Amino acid sequence: MKILYDGSFDGLMSVVFDCYEQKMVPTAIIKMHKYQPEMFDQVQTVETNAEKTKRVIDGLHKKMTSNAFNQLFKAFHSEFDDIELTIFNYIRLVISTKGYIGTDYRQEPILRIKQVVKMMNREIHRMHAFVRFQLTVDGIYAATVNPDFDVMPFIGEHFRKRYADQLWLIYDVQRDYGIYYDMQKLQTIHIENPEWTANKKIKDSLLADKEKSFQNMWQQYFSSTSIAERKNMKLHLQHVPKRYWKYLPEKSA
Amino acid sequence: MKASVTDKLKILADAAKYDVSCASSGSKRNNKNKGLGNATGMGICHSYTEDGRCVSLLKILLTNHCIYDCAYCVSRKSNDIKRVAFTVEEVVDLTINFYRRNYIEGLFLSSGIFKNADYTNERLIRIAKKLRNEHNFNGYIHLKIIPGASPEVMREAGVYADRLSVNLEIPSERSLQKIAPEKDHKSVYTPMNWLKEQIAENREDSRKFRKTPMFAPGGQSTQMVVGATPETDHHILNLSASLYKEQLLKRVYYSGYIPISEDERLPALKQAPLIRENRLYQADWLYRFYGFEVNEIIDETQPNLDLEIDPKLGYALRHLDQFPVDVNRAPYEMILRVPGIGVKTAQLIVKSRKYGRVRYEDIKKMGAAMNRAKYFIEISGRPLPAASAVPERIRHEIIYPAKKAQLTLF
Ligand code: SF4
Repeated sequence: MKILYDGSFDGLMSVVFDCYEQKMVPTAIIKMHKYQPEMFDQVQTVETNAEKTKRVIDGLHKKMTSNAFNQLFKAFHSEFDDIELTIFNYIRLVISTKGYIGTDYRQEPILRIKQVVKMMNREIHRMHAFVRFQLTVDGIYAATVNPDFDVMPFIGEHFRKRYADQLWLIYDVQRDYGIYYDMQKLQTIHIENPEWTANKKIKDSLLADKEKSFQNMWQQYFSSTSIAERKNMKLHLQHVPKRYWKYLPEKSA
Repeated sequence: MKASVTDKLKILADAAKYDVSCASSGSKRNNKNKGLGNATGMGICHSYTEDGRCVSLLKILLTNHCIYDCAYCVSRKSNDIKRVAFTVEEVVDLTINFYRRNYIEGLFLSSGIFKNADYTNERLIRIAKKLRNEHNFNGYIHLKIIPGASPEVMREAGVYADRLSVNLEIPSERSLQKIAPEKDHKSVYTPMNWLKEQIAENREDSRKFRKTPMFAPGGQSTQMVVGATPETDHHILNLSASLYKEQLLKRVYYSGYIPISEDERLPALKQAPLIRENRLYQADWLYRFYGFEVNEIIDETQPNLDLEIDPKLGYALRHLDQFPVDVNRAPYEMILRVPGIGVKTAQLIVKSRKYGRVRYEDIKKMGAAMNRAKYFIEISGRPLPAASAVPERIRHEIIYPAKKAQLTLF
């Protein structure tokens, strides 16, 4: 049985509820907009229901630590095709096992969640590292990014702590939303008709006066701090994969 | 002609790049009063150079003017190069603007020596002070302490910097005298020991009184140049161990000597000893995080690390009597000693085995490098077939894994 849902985490919790209530065994749990019908498919669509979602989440909090629950939430944002079913199987294990099972990595879903969370954390870390703000004419330090996973919900706090005294914006150009800090609080925002270049970068005409000169100095610094005699591009690429270069002034000049 | 900031950056970043320490972790400087920056927790590498090193800090010299003549250094007095100096404002401005754009975690400031140690140190401190006091900057600051610094100057440095370092540079006094005639180890150890006392006292005070101001919250580190002088790895690793134990250093950095000068006091190397440097870091790592003693990693009979295999594998091959390790029963410390099993995998194993037997496939999925681990583990009483081999054979098989495709004869 393939189950379709709206693609939100809350929606997935409603799926869990319905599966238990109606004794359904899913073979796949798929985001509605990603579903491509195949022959002989048995399909059921689950509507997101706030009450059901809450009951599942409350129930889970009784069976697992809030840390373990947050891991599921984080893993969900990896957007992997198997992630819904993995979370479902994880929950099934937790519910059917007496006592704590969260660290039995011999169990497929438990190890998989651990590994996906690790990948998420790496991408979050990469955003902490590779976001490059550019000062715009309206005094906002703005950055466009294109991360592998949906990590925006997990990076705001880090930047808020660090850049408490400046306006900043980080925008995921692929998922078309971002976070904005107005020196008081964080906000999730969506920009209608954003003025990016074809490359989804911020247009030069929007940049503040000295912005380019700092980028140039940064490029100068970057090339001077390299040691030519020790050049090792394999290692370099491993640390800074090419897909991130576009938004790094030191790599895109 | 006056040099532009970009010109200075070019020269003074280039001259600073041989100092390998880039770590920006281990501090506890919170963003207070909604200022700029935060230096808590793990340091971040914002980029990597083309040689694969972490770029975390704006690492520059204040100036490359120097009254000393250390053979291994580009800034040495006798070297015919262009000399420039940043102003205090220029360094502050660069740091703040790079930081605001998320290029860096902070500043690593060193300098050639002009006039004398304290005069130079005071200039460095002035920059740190300005960043903290006038710009409310809470990012990371690492200041180099020039050997021979006075306590008054260091006391101020510790107030504004997260980490301080006095470089040992050359692993033995005798070699140091030969290639850096103005320097001696005493002028390094004296400030190091003084800092150690101050840091210890400060930690003690802050346990007792909540409002104690921080003093070098990221501790101190040092660096040695490797390969410019004849010291063995055995000598170097024992020296590091004593620096960790006695001076309580946070990190010892090893910098493979890059032949930058044709000074006759130095060996004519063709290229930097990169593999050796890497092996030293691995050995250092085993000492600090894997519970190895130095004499388990290296002894006088073979005073240099094996360049072909990593030191953990080297240990295992020399101590085959301690293996195979039973992954279902052995203590965590022993599992950690298995080549191919790192901290993360070892932790997963000991957590999982509480629920039942851990199998070969489990360990593999948990991230162990089985091509190495298979020689050194057993799964509850049943050693893997590979575990009976002799050390030379294991060594050979690991270095030259059989390439099946190449076995065709013609
Ligand atoms: S004192 Fe420092 S800057 Fe001067 S020559 Fe020696 S190592 Fe170079």
